[in-house]
Amino acid sequence: MLEITPAHYTILSAALFSIGVIGVLVRRNIIIVFMAIELMLNAVNINLVAYAQQLQNLIGQVFVVFVIAVAAAEAAVGLGILLAFYRNKETVNIDEMNVMRW
Amino acid sequence: MDLIWLIPLLPGLGAAVNGLLGIRYFSKPVAAGIACAAMGGSLLLSLFAFAQLLGAEHREHIVTIANWIPPIPLETVSGVGQFEVPWAFRLDPLSGMMILIVTGIGFLIHLYSSSYMDHEPRGGYVRFFTYLNLFCFFMLMLVLGSSFLVMFVGWEGVGLCSYLLIGFWYHKKSAADAGKKAFIVNRIGDFGFVLGVFLVFFTFGTLDFREVAEAAAHMPVEAGGFGVISLICLLLFVGATGKSAQIPLYVWLPDAMEGPTPVSALIHAATMVTAGVYMVARNAVLFEHAPNVMFIVAVVGAVTALVAATIGLVQTDIKKVLAYSTVSQLGYMFLATGVGAFSAAAFHLMTHAFFKALLFLGSGSVIHAMNDEQDMQKMGNMRRYMPVTFITMFVGSIAIAGIPPFSGFFSKDEILAYTFQENKVLWGLAVITAGMTAFYMFRLIFMTFFGEYRGPSWEKADDSHGDHGHDDNHGHAWHGPHESPRLMTTPLWVLAVGAIVAGFVGIPAAIGDFIGVGNAIHHFLEPSFTAGLAGHGDEHAGLHLSHAVEWALMAFSVLVAACGIGLAYVNYVRRPERAAQWKTNWAGAHRVLTNKYYVDELYDATAVKGTMASGRGLWTFDKGVVDGAVNGAGWLTRAAAWVSHVLDKYIVDGLVNLVGWIFAEGSYVFRRGQTGLIQNYAVATLFGVFVFVTVYVVARYVG
Repeated sequence: MLEITPAHYTILSAALFSIGVIGVLVRRNIIIVFMAIELMLNAVNINLVAYAQQLQNLIGQVFVVFVIAVAAAEAAVGLGILLAFYRNKETVNIDEMNVMRW
Repeated sequence: MDLIWLIPLLPGLGAAVNGLLGIRYFSKPVAAGIACAAMGGSLLLSLFAFAQLLGAEHREHIVTIANWIPPIPLETVSGVGQFEVPWAFRLDPLSGMMILIVTGIGFLIHLYSSSYMDHEPRGGYVRFFTYLNLFCFFMLMLVLGSSFLVMFVGWEGVGLCSYLLIGFWYHKKSAADAGKKAFIVNRIGDFGFVLGVFLVFFTFGTLDFREVAEAAAHMPVEAGGFGVISLICLLLFVGATGKSAQIPLYVWLPDAMEGPTPVSALIHAATMVTAGVYMVARNAVLFEHAPNVMFIVAVVGAVTALVAATIGLVQTDIKKVLAYSTVSQLGYMFLATGVGAFSAAAFHLMTHAFFKALLFLGSGSVIHAMNDEQDMQKMGNMRRYMPVTFITMFVGSIAIAGIPPFSGFFSKDEILAYTFQENKVLWGLAVITAGMTAFYMFRLIFMTFFGEYRGPSWEKADDSHGDHGHDDNHGHAWHGPHESPRLMTTPLWVLAVGAIVAGFVGIPAAIGDFIGVGNAIHHFLEPSFTAGLAGHGDEHAGLHLSHAVEWALMAFSVLVAACGIGLAYVNYVRRPERAAQWKTNWAGAHRVLTNKYYVDELYDATAVKGTMASGRGLWTFDKGVVDGAVNGAGWLTRAAAWVSHVLDKYIVDGLVNLVGWIFAEGSYVFRRGQTGLIQNYAVATLFGVFVFVTVYVVARYVG
């Protein structure tokens, strides 16, 4: 049976992160973009947990809990902004979100 | 006598009440009643005051009611003096006589006016009485004032009232113009008067008549030269020529006939125009010290008398004849003052007030009867229609012509006698004037009251009696000449009696010695003409002619007057065609006279046109230079502002805008990156991260 090494975790994390980055860069639906950001955060979380296990250091796990809490707060605030935006523009297309432009 | 300040005040109050309330609220009878009551009260007070004055030992009484101008230090010849004027009234024989004339004749004329002005609308009627009362207020102030300045208040006030009353029918252009003319011509005279008053203060340090007279009495008589007293007297006399219509300022008086006839009677015959004579007589002591000016006064008076009389010969307007007659008689008065006969001047002033007021009121009665017709050529045979007016005017004419024993005879002969003593040439002029006076007055009487009726025809009384439609807005239907109502004839009667008996107070010595009566008015007035110093008392009693000469003079002047009357009778009653013949034979002279020697035209061409030309010149100067300077300054400011504007716009603003422009353009590159698209920013971020990571990896593991 294949032993799961930190290298596996790192590759998984890198793959997830890449999917997230690509999602953020190419998707036009802002909700999808949000979800891609969550992917990136969770890729980081996998990395942190994996290395906490590897180095037997709890700081990494504590940090993950922090990241999850911040991600939840970020999701709440982000969705609130999103709703307000939708009421004004009746769209969630990210290309329309350019009113702050020069 | 302490109440003499009430004498001017009563008419003043009447004017105030009528003026402030009456024009709005009072009916005609109420307003006339107030005005007449004020004058009546004033007349009663004057009579009491005069009676007390007659009984008093010292015939001078000064009543100070208030301090007017507190002491002000002012420069005079003898150092710094105190300029102080109290509201003081002075009752002495001269002012006593004047207040009787003003209030007496004023009262009669108020009565007369209440009927004469009845055709006026209510507002105008009340306004008329307001002015009339106001006039009496100022006139009494003038005669009672104890100093030059109080007199000057009255002097200007009567000028104002004269203006207001001449222009009473102000919607008529000729009346408004005549009022302006009177006012402006009087201003010229007043200018002289004011200068004279300044000089009086500068010389004597006081304006009180008594103090000035006493100071002047101590100064030498300026017989040979022309000193400061002469200058004062000359300036005062300029004022007198304006107010009393003497050459060269007489032109306003004939035009003043545009006013209502009672005004002409009161202001322009009996009272205001004699103010100049009164003022000269009031300053008798001053004038006595300036013999050269006295001579000028006498000459001006005599020439005025003659010139005005010649113009009066050919006038056809009944009031114009009387106006020139007034100018002429005023000339007589100045002639009298000029030869030193101040009491004779005052005496003639009084008798003239009676008969001239009478004549004016009579002419007013005729004008009234003729439905406002003033041209004597359209009258005739009026004695049939208005016997009372005829009789009283006839009396007045005899009085002015100088037939004994009517009043004009006494006063005129006294003047003639004094003039004969002083200067034979002036006497000759005066006698010729007397003859002309008799002629034109009886020409007036004959043209108006005798001969054929030449006026317009009228509706028969029966035709319009039942028909009230005629009494519409166009006024009363005219039923032909008619005698005036009793309110108008009563004053005529009173004045006629006055014109007969007024002369008896001044019976000349030649007759007086004969019947044992002295010259009462002469002795009565004498104290007013002296400085009140011992030894000066008899200075003026100087008629040194023998009784024979006096008798001869009297006989001669009566003869001249009779000739004048006879000539008028022949030319205008017996053979009226001869008057027309004269007109054609002497066409040139007639034209000159009817045009009043072209004096108005001369003044128009010189003074009026000159003033207007200088005004226009000043206007041009104002427009060209003053306005030019102002406009130039404005233009310069605008030009400077434009330069500043250009600098501001292109240099200051330009710099500021340049800075802004530089940043705006410089930011172009950066601006392009700000797309507002989050994903663009994310790409940039990712790219940055790659760069950093690449640099780290290369630095760590390769280098």
